[in-house]
Amino acid sequence: MITGFLTFVFFFAIVGCILYGRKLIKTEKVDAVFGNPERAQGGLHWVIVGSSFLLLIWLYYSWDMAKSFFPKSANELCQVGKIDESLLSLKYLFPIEERQLKSTSVIETETKNLDKIILLIEKSNEVENQNKNKLLNFVVQTKNTIPLLTDENLLENQTKEQINLITKKINNLATNFIKKDFPYEKPEDETKRIELAKQEGDWGASSTSLDNAVEIPSIPKTRKGLKFQAAAEELNIISDEFFELRNHNAQYATALENLKNEIKEFRSKFNDSNEITSSFAKDILKIARRIEYASIFPPQTLIEMQASIVNFDNLQKKEQGGLKWVDFFLFPSGTIMSSGPSCTEQGSGRWLPKPSDTLNKFALMLNPNVGFKQIPLIWYEMMDVGKIIGFILPDWIADILPGQYPVHNEKGEIKPNFKSRVLNVVTGDFELFKIPIPTGHIWDSFLRVFLGLVSGIIVGVPLGLYMGLNRFAKGFFDPLIELYRPVPPLAWAPLVISVLGIDNFGKVFLLFMVSLSIMIISARAGASGTQLSKIHAAHSLGASKWQILRYVIFPNSLPEILTGIRVATGMCWGTLVAAEFLAGTTGVGFVENVAKKYFQYEVIWITIFIMGMLGLLFDITIRKIIDKTIPWRGKG
Amino acid sequence: MSNLISKNLNMIFKTPKGDTVHALKNLNFTIKEGELLTVLGPSGCGKTTLLNITAGFIRPTSGTITLGEKEINGPGVDRGMVFQQGALFEWLTVSENVNFGLRMKDEDPTRTQKKVDEWLDIVGLKGFGNTPTYQLSGGMQQRVALARCLINDPDLILMDEPLGALDALTREKMQSLVLKIWKETGKTIILITHSVEEALLLGEKVYVMAPRPGRIHKEYKLPFASMGLTKDLREIKNDKEFVSKREEILSMIWDMEEEIMGKENL
Repeated sequence: MITGFLTFVFFFAIVGCILYGRKLIKTEKVDAVFGNPERAQGGLHWVIVGSSFLLLIWLYYSWDMAKSFFPKSANELCQVGKIDESLLSLKYLFPIEERQLKSTSVIETETKNLDKIILLIEKSNEVENQNKNKLLNFVVQTKNTIPLLTDENLLENQTKEQINLITKKINNLATNFIKKDFPYEKPEDETKRIELAKQEGDWGASSTSLDNAVEIPSIPKTRKGLKFQAAAEELNIISDEFFELRNHNAQYATALENLKNEIKEFRSKFNDSNEITSSFAKDILKIARRIEYASIFPPQTLIEMQASIVNFDNLQKKEQGGLKWVDFFLFPSGTIMSSGPSCTEQGSGRWLPKPSDTLNKFALMLNPNVGFKQIPLIWYEMMDVGKIIGFILPDWIADILPGQYPVHNEKGEIKPNFKSRVLNVVTGDFELFKIPIPTGHIWDSFLRVFLGLVSGIIVGVPLGLYMGLNRFAKGFFDPLIELYRPVPPLAWAPLVISVLGIDNFGKVFLLFMVSLSIMIISARAGASGTQLSKIHAAHSLGASKWQILRYVIFPNSLPEILTGIRVATGMCWGTLVAAEFLAGTTGVGFVENVAKKYFQYEVIWITIFIMGMLGLLFDITIRKIIDKTIPWRGKG
Repeated sequence: MSNLISKNLNMIFKTPKGDTVHALKNLNFTIKEGELLTVLGPSGCGKTTLLNITAGFIRPTSGTITLGEKEINGPGVDRGMVFQQGALFEWLTVSENVNFGLRMKDEDPTRTQKKVDEWLDIVGLKGFGNTPTYQLSGGMQQRVALARCLINDPDLILMDEPLGALDALTREKMQSLVLKIWKETGKTIILITHSVEEALLLGEKVYVMAPRPGRIHKEYKLPFASMGLTKDLREIKNDKEFVSKREEILSMIWDMEEEIMGKENL
């Protein structure tokens, strides 16, 4: 519903904005000159055209348009898919979608195989001449069985009748198929079918669970669908009947029986030492059996059946009517296929989730009770302040106090003393009051980036400034940094994660490594780039070394440092997601990785969206900070 | 009395190629307290080296230079410096820049604010206190640099081509300002310049320096600076004596340049 409305909104927005934009271009005189930068200044209307176009593409290729305008089409196409599936094996016998008759291609392949064996036998050094003749004789016998199958005169009447019967059945089905009331369905059966179809649900991802439910209901919802389903079922029975049929006339049966017995006898003479000869015989027998089981018929026998199948196929295509065009226009790059008991989207609709489904799932995931793997995306939990204090205070405070920890007495009681009470405080084993603490996948990812970045800044900036001002520091730390910096951060990830653990510490340390080198290099560049005259001025104004560092060199390096922070944030964010892919139990990257394993395309797209938004948020925040703190950058 | 006295000052640089450059050779001079000295000379004659040594940014190879009783051994508050490009701190406002020296001495901010306002008034920047310095024009930036240097009450003010980057009109205004400050404060000032006219106008005493090795070529004592305190600067420029002195010094500097470059290269 909404999707259909939006489709029209986007369409008219594109058309309207293009018209408006063209009108503006005509009135703008400056635009006359090609290369004038003002030509590229854009305008909101072009932004609307771009984003509407993108959204339309999304709606179209995710088949959401089809879903909104023809909500039942998927179910009907599923039934059509069932007919295609059952027709496929029958069509395969004839040059309808293939180049040759199935019989022709079997004969061609097996003749080639037999010729190959002849060559091998003749060349072989290990087969005695006497046996060679025997083997070649088997090949000739096998070849001779083929004409027995393809001779029209040898075809038994019984077989002929059966083929005619099958052809008649197909024709019958075709006549019934175009009747309005096919198939006949009792009213109580109809209510039952509709009830079942309702239970199965509508087209689209389930909105009550993250797991992939049945995306396309396979029980026919409409009369039209039912027609195709019924025809598909009958066709299945007919094709089963046909494939049980064998063209084994009496002459062929005798010839084959003889061949089998001769080969059996021949092989029984050989022991292990003559394995090769024996295996040649075995191969010839295999080919003979393949010919036996392939449905080889005389060339003219199946012509009527072929005509009836082609006829039925055309009829069912005609009977699809508008559905055919819906399939062609609104199911781009793929369609709905039936295989076995279920129907699936095959094509772009599969990996590009529908906007409506995606929003549904996003709303579902935002619900803190659902989240992903029982962890909300972002929510809060009440945590006791005691736990936080215990986390911040190191445990050894209690250990260095004088005295001993309490020892249990004879009654088995433990009396707390001062030292044990302090231990309770520093380990957080007490209750004060609770405060809300953010939690969830998004928060975890955010916190890791934040901690990694902040620790990188705290260590990197002073070190970088020091390196920018001191020969010894530059010489001493340079090799270390230049050795680890060029290594892609992800190359460190397996090592860092396996040494420091898959939990927060490993990841934060990895991000610390990423941001540290960037911060050192930018702070160093900032410090060594300070104009000498400014430092001279500060000196002659009576500033001490420390004051020059604090009031001149540090603010002068701020532009470089802040740019470094911006770069480091981007790098950290990228590295974090990949690190969460590698290992872990929370985080946005973890969510995407798990979703990938279960083909939850909606969830994958949601995580991509979240990552994009968070990355953008980081960048905008830092840009705002840069504009506020260093307004002089690029001026002066 | 805090006179600036230089004794046998020598400065020898080593180029990266290993050649030695005699930037200053056996400089001996005395500048009395309250004098305004301008230093002229072709490029490469050691003007800036002399100033940097006086400021204490570099140490002479041999010889001594003393201000009052104290030998100069490093930068200090007693010698204020004004640079060609202002060298202002962009991250601070105008009054924060001016206040910088006092802040480094941890003086009471309320008291210093009054002083800052006074000095901004003197250099003609009243009301610009909260302006960021990157929004100022070149002339205004130099005024800030002057105020920032003067607020520390140095004994000696060193100016390294302070008006070199300004347009002609602003330059003239700033020349008057320098004279006014000199008169009102009675500070010793050493001003380095490329412009002969400026050197004559401002200098109570003018040193014309010569290159290779850097030395004081000629010394003038001139009345124009004292005249400039009362008379209009443009009038002085048309004074006959001024014109003849200007031509004399100009031809002297041309001769030196010719000697360096060779006649045909000029």
